[in-house]
Formats: sequence, structure tokens, C-alpha cells
Amino acid sequence: MTAPVLAVEGLSIDARTPAGPRRVLSEVSFALAAGETLCLAGESGSGKSITSLAIMRLLPKASLRVAAGAIRLEGRDLVGLSDRAMRRVRGGAIAMIFQEPMTSLNPVMRIGDQLIEAIRAHQGAEDATARARAMLDAVRISDPARRMGQYPHELSGGMRQRVMIAMALSCRPKVLIADEPTTALDVTVQAQILTLMRELKGEFGTSIILITHDMGVVAEMADRVAVMQAGRIVETAAALPLFTAPREDYTRTLLAAVPRLGARAGTDGPPRVTTQPLAATPAGTPPVLSVRDLSVTYRGARGWFGGTAAGHKAVEGVSFTLQRGRTLGLVGESGSGKSTTGKAVLGLVPFAGEVLLDGVAIAGLSPRAMRPLRRAAQMIFQDPYASLDPRMSVGAAIAEPLAIHRMGTAADRRDRAAELLRRVGLSPDHASRYPHEFSGGQRQRICIARALALEPRLIVADESVAALDVSVRGRVLDLMLELQETLGLAYLFISHDMAVIERMCHDVAVMRGGRIVEAGTRRAVFEVPAQAYTRELMAAVPIPDPARRPEPRRAIA
Amino acid sequence: MAAGSFLRGLLRRPTAVAGLLVIAAVVVAALFAPLLAPYAPDDQMFDGLSLEGAPLPPSAQFLLGTDTLGRDLLSRLVFGARTSLLIGLVANGTAVMIGLFVGVMAGYLGGFAGAALMRFTDLMTAFPALLLAIVLAALLKPSLWIVALVIAMVNWVQVARIAYTETRSLVERDFILAERAMGAGPARILGLHILPHLVPTAIVWGTLGIATTVLLEATLSFLGIGVQPPEPSWGNIVFESQSYFESAPWLVFFPGAAILATALAFNLVGDALRDLLDPTQRGRG
Repeated sequence: MTAPVLAVEGLSIDARTPAGPRRVLSEVSFALAAGETLCLAGESGSGKSITSLAIMRLLPKASLRVAAGAIRLEGRDLVGLSDRAMRRVRGGAIAMIFQEPMTSLNPVMRIGDQLIEAIRAHQGAEDATARARAMLDAVRISDPARRMGQYPHELSGGMRQRVMIAMALSCRPKVLIADEPTTALDVTVQAQILTLMRELKGEFGTSIILITHDMGVVAEMADRVAVMQAGRIVETAAALPLFTAPREDYTRTLLAAVPRLGARAGTDGPPRVTTQPLAATPAGTPPVLSVRDLSVTYRGARGWFGGTAAGHKAVEGVSFTLQRGRTLGLVGESGSGKSTTGKAVLGLVPFAGEVLLDGVAIAGLSPRAMRPLRRAAQMIFQDPYASLDPRMSVGAAIAEPLAIHRMGTAADRRDRAAELLRRVGLSPDHASRYPHEFSGGQRQRICIARALALEPRLIVADESVAALDVSVRGRVLDLMLELQETLGLAYLFISHDMAVIERMCHDVAVMRGGRIVEAGTRRAVFEVPAQAYTRELMAAVPIPDPARRPEPRRAIA
Repeated sequence: MAAGSFLRGLLRRPTAVAGLLVIAAVVVAALFAPLLAPYAPDDQMFDGLSLEGAPLPPSAQFLLGTDTLGRDLLSRLVFGARTSLLIGLVANGTAVMIGLFVGVMAGYLGGFAGAALMRFTDLMTAFPALLLAIVLAALLKPSLWIVALVIAMVNWVQVARIAYTETRSLVERDFILAERAMGAGPARILGLHILPHLVPTAIVWGTLGIATTVLLEATLSFLGIGVQPPEPSWGNIVFESQSYFESAPWLVFFPGAAILATALAFNLVGDALRDLLDPTQRGRG
């Protein structure tokens, strides 16, 4: 075997804290062969991004320091290199692409100019323009000549990531580091970008270090995988054996937690998590939520003298009903109007059409008249940290809905908050702490406790597990299922993740461009999708099984 | 937070303790000026000037020296603390209150009402402060309260601008949406979830503003619209004496040092308050 392009040997990194150095990465070693794709997989805080920043020597100097180890690029140690020499390596021999292509491109510079700048910085000025155009062509962007003159905000997320890849590959780097390159993208776009990266790797002869939390992406891309946990590599193996016969317990748990599309095939509902018999809904009970012909129009910019630009229709003609104890999944890509629908049924955005909450029409109700209805329906947001007031203790946050609706005395509310904390699997002692002292999963439990405080019949869950690590995600979903079984809650479950939808829902509505394109029972929609778009969405979901990797094909954005 | 632990937290910070001591000294001076001052502040003493009629440097008889009219500087500083403290706290506090109110309302309401409030703020920003002061002073009898009023009218605009932008970004945050989803009314959202987030800003502006307001008062007094002589204020002592800076530097140095020390003390205490009142800082390194 030839010498590795990049070798990381015993890399340890310390964080500077007031209490002295704390190890955040210990004894990380791996080697990257020419033309190989190595995936660093792990959950948040496992140290995978720190490793990549250390290779680029981009660690924030004030807080992190390389304590030991070497990073060899074709035998040359990068740790001791001068800043000047390192700048030539960055973008030259090693290039990097990031998660969020919008923030990594300069918003006030044309795409073409940014590419030309990157090419000139490393390869001189000759025919940079022509080469920039050739790079855009290479990443299969449509109409490359026109893209050269456009600004980043004029491109879609997928196109921006293609530009980032073009920029990274423009200097023919030996190593490309991709840090969660598709996490911010829709699933169909993600599939296109992954295909593109596989193809370009061959064309450019680049080795790739792919950092991801998504085992589905790992299965599609990796030749070899290094599984990281808490600053260590727990297991390194070729992709196929890692997925079929993982050696370490952590790898096994990680793989077990990955939702697999099709896992619930042949069933009508989500898995049972309690042994309690389900309460039967008496026939003739009105649905918890009934929506007919819902439309939401976002107002255009309004001029000073009443001139109104045409509004943008975010949701158009959406109808569905939701019964007690059932879950309706709204699935779709970004911009499909699924979140707006969720907000509209709670009366949080102005809408047209009919929304019956527990049989009562909420259209045109004053905030005061709306208030008693709010007790019936609550919401759980995507980012639990953002949806908790950082200046309010957790106990006060959970008691907040009770205080708003003037229920019970302060002591009653405290008791109720303690009881709710226990209900969602936290300790009542946690009531006096603040949101920043909890982990992501715990925060989402707190949000669930807060939503339960008013004993609602409906909970709108807007991407409620999207921000959580897979292992935590499974536990939060189980908690939601358990609450549904014991309390008879109805969920309007909004998600872009087909696998999560499959696990949680009884019924599914697929949204695109503000409309429902396909609706039905989850079993019908997932097993015999009627619409091409639904089939496309399902086909784009990465399958966590490297043996079923799709054949290379050329995709055009 | 319990008052006891709050006080302990404050006392654990040496800079905050130093600031508190200075503020306490100024407050004591202001309250007990007649008891503390060795002479009357407007007493033009016969032996307060040299034979050539020049002010006297600090000595055992006049601890901080005398001014150009033969008055004891220490006594004038002690009495001047009353004016300066009043201006610094009342005028500045009023300015912060008005600014917060206008900014938060504009940011929360948005739409036409918000735009109208902010355009009014812009109008006030563009209005020359001194012109406003002269107009008000011409309409009303010049007094300390007029000075406080004028300063409050001039200084609230910056606070309003900052409170407005912060409120706008807070209103967009998910936890405010969560409050609305729970059925909270505007009073609860504003009072319990937006205002507490503006406290650090208000404290920083409040304390930073003290030095500038004390100086603005001096400017107004200098123009004859503010505190009327012979009533002393730290600002007008500096202004009265600035032309003697070379021959009698103590006349500018001591009141200047008093202004500086007071402003710094308020800043230090303000910083400590901001940290202690912010629960998100607790439990962090």
C-alpha cells in the first residue's frame, strides 16, 4: 500500500479553561489513503469538527491548543509549520467546505469573482476566468456563464454548495475536508450533492474526509469510517464491516438508533411503548383539529402610501382532520409551507379558510377570545434552547402557561411543575436551574413538559427532534409516543425526515410549494406512494447500509 | 435570587466594592453637606485670596485650595455633589426610562405605530440639544429641575434606538412565539420576557451616561441656562475655572477627578449588577 496522503498521529487537544487545561480530544490517530473517503462519524461534542479544524490549523487560538501529536501531509508535519507556509497549504493542498454554504460565501461578491480570487490566490492570474468557468461546469451547475455574474443570494442552497465545492476543488487539493456538507440541505438536494462528491473524487483524484452525524450519509459515501465519541476514536473500520459487524458497543448503539425507512412497513401505527390499553375514541366525537381550505399569504413589502407589493402565498388550499390520540405527519422540503401550516392552526399567523380547534372556529377570534382555546393546543419547537426564555428558571418556564391562564396558587404551580418534570423523565430538583445548564435532549423534554402543563388535546410538534442527536432523538420520540398512549394526545407532527415521520405517524400529508400533494394513512403513502414527488422524497433518503449504495449516476441540478 | 446571595455576590467583587464605596461617599457628601463642609460654599473669604488677588493652592487651612473668588473648593465640591448626583441619577434615569419605553413599544408594536415612534426619535436625534435647552430655559425659569428635564429630553434617543433594535430581534425569537402560543398577553410578554433582556443594555447606558450628563449640565450652566451661580455644581466649577488652568490647576483637577471617580464607580457597579442579574451567566467559568 502506498504512503497515506494525510496521517494524524496521536492528536490531543486541550481547551483552556479557568480551572486549567481540559482535554477535548485525546490520542486521535487515522490515516487517509490517496483517493479514499474517510468518514468521521459521531454525535455533537464528539470532537469531529475540532479534528478537522486542527488539520486546517484553524483552531481558535484563545481557547484551544494542540497538546500533543502530529498531522502529516505527505510526510510533512503541519503542527509546527509557520503561519505563512500554512496559508499555502490551506486551500491549496487541503481545502474545506462547510455546513452552511450561504454563510461561507461572501454575500456582496459575485460567484465568479470569488472563484477567480480563490484560483489566483494559489495558482497565479493566468486564465483564471476560464478556469473558474470550467470549475462551475465541473460541478454540473446549470448555465455556468450566467452564474459567474450572480450573487450568492440569487442561488438555491444546493447551487451554493456546488459553488463551494467548485471553489474547494479549483486548486486540485489532495485532501478535501467536508464538514456536514449536506446537513442544511433538503433531502433530494443532499442526494444530488453526495452523488456529485462521489463523482468528483474520481475526476480530481482527491481524498475526502467527510464529517457527519448522519449514518445514512456515512453508508452512502465512506470507504472507511472512524466513529468518534467524547473526543476519542472508538472504532475505525472499512464501511461494510462496520455496518454489518460493529465491534464496539457505542457503534452498535449508534447504528441501532438510526431510523430506517421501511422499518414500520406492514403496520398501521407507531410502535407501542406502554402496555396500557388504548382508550377508544367514541364514535361521533368531533376531531381535535379540522382544517378546511387553509391559505396563508405573507404580505409583500408595503410602501408608505399603502401601495402593496403582491404577497407570497406560503400555504394554499390545505385541508385535513386530526382525531384524538392520532398523529398526522406533515412532511416536505424547506419552503413547502409545513411550518406555516402548523403556526396557522394555532392562530399564530393570519390565515384564510376554516380552522376548527376542538370544534370551535378560530378564524377572526380576538386574542382574548382565543385564550381559552390555547389550552387545548400547544406547540413544541425545533430548537428547544431558542424556545425557552434564557432568563427564566426551568420550573418557572414550565409553570408559565399555568400562570398565564391564572390556574392555582404559586405553590400549586410549583408542585405541578415538579410533577411534570418527573413525567418527562427529569428530576424535580432541576426546577431551579436555567436552560443553558441542560443538554439538548433535556431541553426538549422541558419544552414537552411545558406544553403538557395545560393538559392540551393537541400538540403541534414543529421539527421537534431535528436538532437532536440520533440516540437522544429516539428517546424523545419514545417519550412522545408514551404521552400519546397515556394521555390520548393528538400530534400534528411536522418534519422533513421521512424516517421519523414513518415511525411516529398514523396519517401523512406530503406538502410541496404550499399545497398537499398526497395524503392518506401512513401505510398507504409509504407503501404505495401515488405521486412521483413522494417517491422521489423516499428514494433520496440515505439508506444506512453500504451494501445498498446507489450506482453512480450523473445528476443535473 | 435571594437578597443575601445577591449581596454576597456583589461583595465578592473587589471592583464593585470600590465602586460602591465611592458612590457611598458621594451620597453621604450630598446628604450631609452642611455638616461636612468646613465653610459655607458661597462665602467669599477675605483670607481666601493671596495679596495679589490670586486663588490659594491647597493648604492646611483650605484642604483643596480656594477658587478665584476666595471660596473654599472643598466646601463647594461637597455641596456640588448634590447637584451632580441629582443630575446624574434623576436626569439620566429618566432618559433611560423614556428611551426604554419608546424603544420597546416601537419594537413590539411595529407597523405604523412603531414607525411613527421611531421617526419621532430620529427627529429628536437631529434636534440640537443646546437649542432645545435654550428654548426651554427661555420659556421656564432656569433651575436645576429644568436642567434635569433638558438632559433627559436629549439623552433618551440613543437608548430608544438600541432598545428598539434589541426588541425587534427578541420578538422574532422562538421563546416569544412560544409565549404567544401559550396565550400570554402583550403586557406579560413585554414585562416578563422582553424587558428583563434589556436590563443589561439599560444598566450599561445608564452608567455610561452619568459622566456625559454631568458634563452636559456643566455646559448648560456655563451658558447660564443651568444651575445658577453661586450655587455650585462640579460641572460649573470646572467651567468657571478653566481659564485659570495654568495658574491654578487644582481648580480644574479636583472637580474633574470627582466627576471621573463617580462615573467610573457607577460603571463598575453597573458591570457587577449586569453580571449578577443575568441568570445565564451563572454556573459558567
